[in-house]
Amino acid sequence: MEHKGVWTIAEESEGSLKSVSYELLSRGRKLADALQVELVSVLIGGPVSDERLQELIRRGADRVLFVEDNKLSSFTTETFSNVLSDLIRSRKPEIILAAATVNGRTLMPHVAMKIHAGLTADCTELAIEPETGNLLQTRPAIGGNILATIKSPNHRPQMATVRPRSSKPLDADPARKGSIERIELDPALIDKRVRRVGFINNEGEEGNIQEADVVVSGGKGMKKANNFGMLTELAHQLGGTVGASRDAVDRAWAKYPQQVGLSGKTVTPKLYVAIGISGAIQHLAGMKTADIIVAINSDPDATIFQVSDFGIIGDLFEVVPLLNERLAKEKNR
Amino acid sequence: MNIVVPIKQVPETSNVKMDPVTGTIIRDGVESIINPLDLYAIETAIQLKETYGGKVTALTMGPPAAEKALREAIAMGCDEGVLVSDRKFSGADTWSTAYVLVHAVKKLDDFDLIIAGERATDGDTGQVGPAMASALDIPLASYISRIDSVRADGMTVERLVEEGYETLEIDLPALLTVVKEISYPRLPTLRGKQKARNTELPVLTAEDLEVEEVYLGLKGSPTRVVKIETPKVTRGGTILKAVDEESMNDAIEELVEFLKTREMI
Ligand SMILES: Cc1cc2nc3c(=O)[nH]c(=O)nc-3n(C[C@H](O)[C@H](O)[C@H](O)COP(=O)(O)OP(=O)(O)OC[C@H]3O[C@@H](n4cnc5c(N)ncnc54)[C@H](O)[C@@H]3O)c2cc1C
Ligand SMILES: Nc1ncnc2c1ncn2[C@@H]1O[C@H](COP(=O)(O)O)[C@@H](O)[C@H]1O
Repeated sequence: MEHKGVWTIAEESEGSLKSVSYELLSRGRKLADALQVELVSVLIGGPVSDERLQELIRRGADRVLFVEDNKLSSFTTETFSNVLSDLIRSRKPEIILAAATVNGRTLMPHVAMKIHAGLTADCTELAIEPETGNLLQTRPAIGGNILATIKSPNHRPQMATVRPRSSKPLDADPARKGSIERIELDPALIDKRVRRVGFINNEGEEGNIQEADVVVSGGKGMKKANNFGMLTELAHQLGGTVGASRDAVDRAWAKYPQQVGLSGKTVTPKLYVAIGISGAIQHLAGMKTADIIVAINSDPDATIFQVSDFGIIGDLFEVVPLLNERLAKEKNR
Repeated sequence: MNIVVPIKQVPETSNVKMDPVTGTIIRDGVESIINPLDLYAIETAIQLKETYGGKVTALTMGPPAAEKALREAIAMGCDEGVLVSDRKFSGADTWSTAYVLVHAVKKLDDFDLIIAGERATDGDTGQVGPAMASALDIPLASYISRIDSVRADGMTVERLVEEGYETLEIDLPALLTVVKEISYPRLPTLRGKQKARNTELPVLTAEDLEVEEVYLGLKGSPTRVVKIETPKVTRGGTILKAVDEESMNDAIEELVEFLKTREMI
C-alpha cells in the first residue's frame, strides 16, 4: 500500500486540546490541499469529549483519529511511541507533523528511529515541491545564522516538528464536516519503564513565554533583579509575559524557563520587546522569528537594533517607566 | 555506575561573524569545541560517578580531530574516551548518527546510564538522544533538570516541560537528555589535563561496529539538505534617539503610535 495522507499530532491536557493542535492543522491543511489528500488530526491522550474533538474538524481536519485511554492522560515516551508507530505501520501516512514542544521533540525522533523515517526539527516553513510531491522543510540552524531546506526523498512518512506559534490556526468553520474515529488502546503497547509520579506547575500568573503573544525580555542592562518589576508592569500593559537573556538568568534575576535563546527557549510572539539586551547571536536565535521586534538599549551599536522594527536608543531606566506611564494613560482613554 | 556520555564537537559559534558581502559565515579561525550543552551531561555523569562509583566514558562520532573533544572531557573528569570515526560516517543525519552511536555503545562495557546533551548547537535538533534510546530499547527521560535519587534499579528525576516540572521514575539502564539547569560544568584541572594527554583513545571504524553500510553517512541518511540560505539579518526598522526630555517624549509617542498601527495596543 502506498503512503497517503497528512497527519498532524494534536496535544491534550486534562480534556482540553492545546492550541498548537490547531496551528498544526493550518499547516497540514495547505499540504493536504496541495497533495489532494486527507488531513488527519491524531490525538493520543486521556478522555476528551466529542464536542471538543469537533473543534479539530472545524479548524481543518477531515478526520480525527483518537487513541483514548485514562492511561494516556500524561505523556510517556515509550507508550506514546508504541501507539504512534503502530498507527503509522497500519495506516501509512505520507507526512506527519508534530509540535516542536518538549514532548513533540521527544516523541518524534523516538518514532522516526523505529520506523526508519527522516525527521526535520523545529521547522518554520513547510511546502510541497510541485514536481515530486516531496515535503520541503525549512528550518533555522547554526544559531539561526542559516536557513536550511531539507527533504526526505526516499523515506515515508516524512516527519517534521514545527515551531509552536509559527503559524496561525484557521478560523473555525462550523460548516466543515469530518469524522471522528476512536481507537481503543491495545494493552500490549503500554510500557511502564518510565512512570510520571508528580508534577509541579510553575507557570504562575506569568504564563509560558512560548505561548505568549507578547514577550518583554530583560538583559544584563537591567542591573538587578528588583528592576524586573518595571518589565512585569510593561508586560501587563501589553498583555504579555516576561522573558530574559542568559546573562539575566545566570545572575538569577529571572528563572531558566524564561530564558530566550540558543540554550533557552525559542519564541515566536507577535511582539518581542528586548530591554537592556545586546542581541548576541545566541539570543537572536531564540527570538528572531517574532513578528515585531522592539528594542530599548543605550548603546547605538547594539546588534539588537539590526533586527528591530522599532528601537529607542536611551537609558532604559528613564524610557521604560515613562513608557509604562504613557501606556497606562492610553488604556484610560 | 557505568555511564556513557555521547558528546559532539561543534564549531564555536559564540563569536560567529557574518561576511557582510557574501552573507556567509566566516569559518576561518573558528575553533572547535565540545557542544556547550554536552558539558552539563559530562558534569552530571562525573557527579554520579563521584557518589556511586563506576566510570564515565565519553563517546563521540566525528572526524579524527574530534579526539580533542574527548581529551577535554577526560580533563574534566571522564575516565575514558572512545572515538567513532570513519569516512563512511560523514554526512550522517540524526537517524544515521544515532544508528552508529548505538552500535558503538554495544561495543563498550555494559552501562547503567547514557546521558546526552539536550541538543547540539550546530544542528540544533535534539534528536540523537531520543533516537538512541529508541534503537537501544531502553527507557528515555528527556529534558531532565534534576536527579532526585538513585537506586540500584532505577532513579527519580525532574523533567522540565513548558508548564513546569514533572517527576519521573525510570528503570535502569536508561538514557537521559539533560538541560542546562541540571549542573554547573567544572573546569578541567591540571591533573585532568595531564591524564587527558596520556590516555589512549580507542578508535572504532565501520568495520569494528558491525553496522550495515546502507545505513551509514549521507547515503544512509533519510534526510537531505537541498538548500542553504542566509536570512537577512537586518529589518531596517525605525531607530530613535532619546537623549533629552524632548527626544525621549517624541520617541515614546512614536513607539506608542507604532504599536497602535501594528494593532498591539
Ligand atoms: C553556547 C552558548 C549558548 C548561549 N545561549 C544563550 C541563550 O540561550 N540566550 C541568551 O540570551 N544568551 C545566550 N548566550 C549568551 C550570549 O552570548 C550573550 O552573552 C548574552 O545573550 C548577553 O546577554 P545580555 O544581552 O543580557 O547582556 P550584554 O551583552 O551584556 O548586554 C547588555 C546590554 O544592555 C545595555 N544596557 C546597559 N545599561 C543600560 C541602560 N541603563 N539602558 C539601556 N540599555 C542598557 C547595554 O548597552 C548592552 O547592550 C549563549 C552563549 C553561548 C556561548
Ligand atoms: N556525532 C555525535 N557524537 C556523539 N554524540 C552526539 C553526536 N551528535 C549528537 N550527539 C549527542 O546527541 C545530543 C543531541 O544532538 P543533536 O540531535 O545533534 O542536536 C548531543 O547533545 C550529544 O549528546
